[in-house]
Amino acid sequence: MTSDNGMTHAINMDHLQRERLRLDVETEEIAITVSDLNLFYAEKQALRDISIKIPKNRVTAFIGPSGCGKSTLLRCFNRMNDLIDSVRIEGKINLYGENIFEKSVNVADLRRRVGMVFQKPNPFPKSIYENVAYGLRIQGVNNRRVLDESVEKALHGAALWDEVKDRLHESAMGMSGGQQQRLVIARSIAIEPEVLLLDEPASALDPISTLKIEELIYELKSEYTIVIVTHNMQQAARVSDYTAFMYMGDMIEYSDTNSIFTNPEKKQTEDYITGRYG
Amino acid sequence: MTAGAVSVSLLMVFGVLGLITAKGMVYFWPGDVLTAQYQAKDGIKTQVIGEVYDDELVPIQRLRDAGETMAIDSEFVKRLLIKTGNRDISGSDFRWVIVPRLSEQTTPADMVVVERREWGNLYGRVAEVREKGKRITNDGNIWAVFQKRVDRVNDIFSSIRVLEKGEIGKINYSLEKLRLAEKRIALTGKSDPDAQAKINQQRKSLEAEYKHLEDQLKDLYKQLQRDTYLIEVMGGKVVEQPLAKVVRAFQPNAMSTLDKLGHYAEKVWEFVSDDPREANTEGGIFPTIFGTILMVMIMAVLVTPLGVIAAVYLREYARQGPLTRTIRIAVNNLAGVPSIVYGIFGLGFFVYFLGGSLDQLFYPEALPAPTFGTGGIMWASLTLALMTLPVVIVSTEEGLSRVPRAVREGSLALGATKAETLWRTVLPMASPAMMTGLILAVARAAGEVAPLMLVGVVKLAPSMPLDMNAPFLHLERKFMHLGFHIYDVGFQSPNVEAARPLVYATALLLVLVIVILNLAAISIRNRLREKYRSLEH
Repeated sequence: MTSDNGMTHAINMDHLQRERLRLDVETEEIAITVSDLNLFYAEKQALRDISIKIPKNRVTAFIGPSGCGKSTLLRCFNRMNDLIDSVRIEGKINLYGENIFEKSVNVADLRRRVGMVFQKPNPFPKSIYENVAYGLRIQGVNNRRVLDESVEKALHGAALWDEVKDRLHESAMGMSGGQQQRLVIARSIAIEPEVLLLDEPASALDPISTLKIEELIYELKSEYTIVIVTHNMQQAARVSDYTAFMYMGDMIEYSDTNSIFTNPEKKQTEDYITGRYG
Repeated sequence: MTAGAVSVSLLMVFGVLGLITAKGMVYFWPGDVLTAQYQAKDGIKTQVIGEVYDDELVPIQRLRDAGETMAIDSEFVKRLLIKTGNRDISGSDFRWVIVPRLSEQTTPADMVVVERREWGNLYGRVAEVREKGKRITNDGNIWAVFQKRVDRVNDIFSSIRVLEKGEIGKINYSLEKLRLAEKRIALTGKSDPDAQAKINQQRKSLEAEYKHLEDQLKDLYKQLQRDTYLIEVMGGKVVEQPLAKVVRAFQPNAMSTLDKLGHYAEKVWEFVSDDPREANTEGGIFPTIFGTILMVMIMAVLVTPLGVIAAVYLREYARQGPLTRTIRIAVNNLAGVPSIVYGIFGLGFFVYFLGGSLDQLFYPEALPAPTFGTGGIMWASLTLALMTLPVVIVSTEEGLSRVPRAVREGSLALGATKAETLWRTVLPMASPAMMTGLILAVARAAGEVAPLMLVGVVKLAPSMPLDMNAPFLHLERKFMHLGFHIYDVGFQSPNVEAARPLVYATALLLVLVIVILNLAAISIRNRLREKYRSLEH
């Protein structure tokens, strides 16, 4: 496996590696704590006794072979799995100390705090402006000036402003895939969530667009806690501070990215990373 | 195979349209007026004047059986149907003649066709125009003076119409409302002298106004009676006719093609924009076009929200199980129920039960005359809405199921509730499918006649369901409908032969109305489709 754009990232990587040497979960401020999470699709168990602490303002990557449950775990964080009738969940996920499975939790509010970007770009068939303003309009913001400001800020945040500032009121369906994916990110950060969940955000994109998304993730982490699911191990190594390796519904190993990739504790992790399976 | 089937279908469609167009549109063309001598079986020659309306070949044997004695050596004889008009003078409008018995066929330039308000067309030669019984024409200016007088009559008629339909109609409407208001007070059992006085005062002023208008009207009618004309008709008889009955007169034999085209356009315009005359066999069919379109629109307004809400519930909210499956089967079966059954349901439930209850509750003052308790445009629209509900439900469900899951999740992930997601994203994206359902609904409803006969369509509606009297839209009124009009004119009319082309013309118009309604809906749908183009790349 060779990186799509290894050259461009060489310098960045150096910088990242140096920073990562000092990382340790135990010393971080924790955003999400998962404890003893079990998830069943009808009778089939998809997640088994997952416990993990996700630190604030860091990028945490979930890697693992297809069907290992990493997307399922990600979708627990904003309770997207509620949409599937047969799903049953045991255990706890605490977002800043509050269990999100509590009956008193308003799911819509939770999703405002925990934004999500999907594998395939899914802009609404509306104008670029309306796409970004969507979340705000849901919250009842209709003041033109407030909306204008927030839309511009979000588009700047998603590094899209310069490309679309002259066609804000054209349909979002006319944008390229990469632009659409950054638009979806802009749409998510427009409502200023605390956590941003990225479900293989670059898997449907070309290398250049992938690069842009990765740069964006690096920039966004100063403001958001980011959890990213990816198939691409190079991508995980490039963008994340912490990495969790999952296999068949189990969390095999979780540590800072540097340790996982250079010195994995478990044999399974090493096999996966070195490409022996998966 | 497929190409063949498609071309055969297309051929049939265009064949039908062509036939309707050809048969319907010639009706407005001014045909030549033929004069000829016709030798009857007893050898006496009589004059025949009229338009050749139709022709056919008859086997000579059939004529021989009927007592034909003339020596003819061909096997078939051409027979002409001649519209001779003059129903009031000669008793019938049409006459079959066989060609060999005709002689001296000419088309004199001064033959006049007079369209009248009563008794159908008159064919003949205008001999004289009289004002108050005195002759005012000489040999040179008969036609010019006659035309001028006809124009005057028509001017007076249009003022009469404005007066009757406009101001007098308004006063009658207000008087009726006052009568009902008075009765309402009486029904409460308590006397309310103040209100009663007010009503009396209003009625007095209205009646004074009415008196004034009535005088004007009487004056106009008197003016109408002033002129008469003498006309020489078939057989050389000269009759005196009131000019007031003339709608228009023309000399088709003297008209150039350009004149005829002008006349044609005028007739077509009259047909689509005027009220019917003479038991619907003459004049225009404007109220029927208006009634059809208004009914379809009210139906669309009723069926869309009902169907969409039902589909949204079934697809988005209901737990999928035996119950929803049963409902779906029921909905699909509803689409197959014969329309007359809906008519009976509409009559029983909407008209008698709902309408009757509404009358008891809100219009007791008008009883025993029903307000909503009789057929009306509202019940007709509601019945058709019920009939077309299944197609709207089915296609909306289809549209909802085609909205990608990713888009719904995208909206939910932004903190939108299910309802917000539906309202802001899913429904707009499903709107082209709703329009498709509506197009099918309109196509079915606009041509439907059977159920309407039970719930509100009439042969001749005295007033339109939409007019200038508040509240403008009168949902309880009966209305006219193109489809029913075809049935009525074609099969219930006293003069079937004269009405036949009218049936074709009306059918053509019905097809046109449906096509236009559909095209409008399709263009809206295409615009929506363009706007909400799906995510599938």
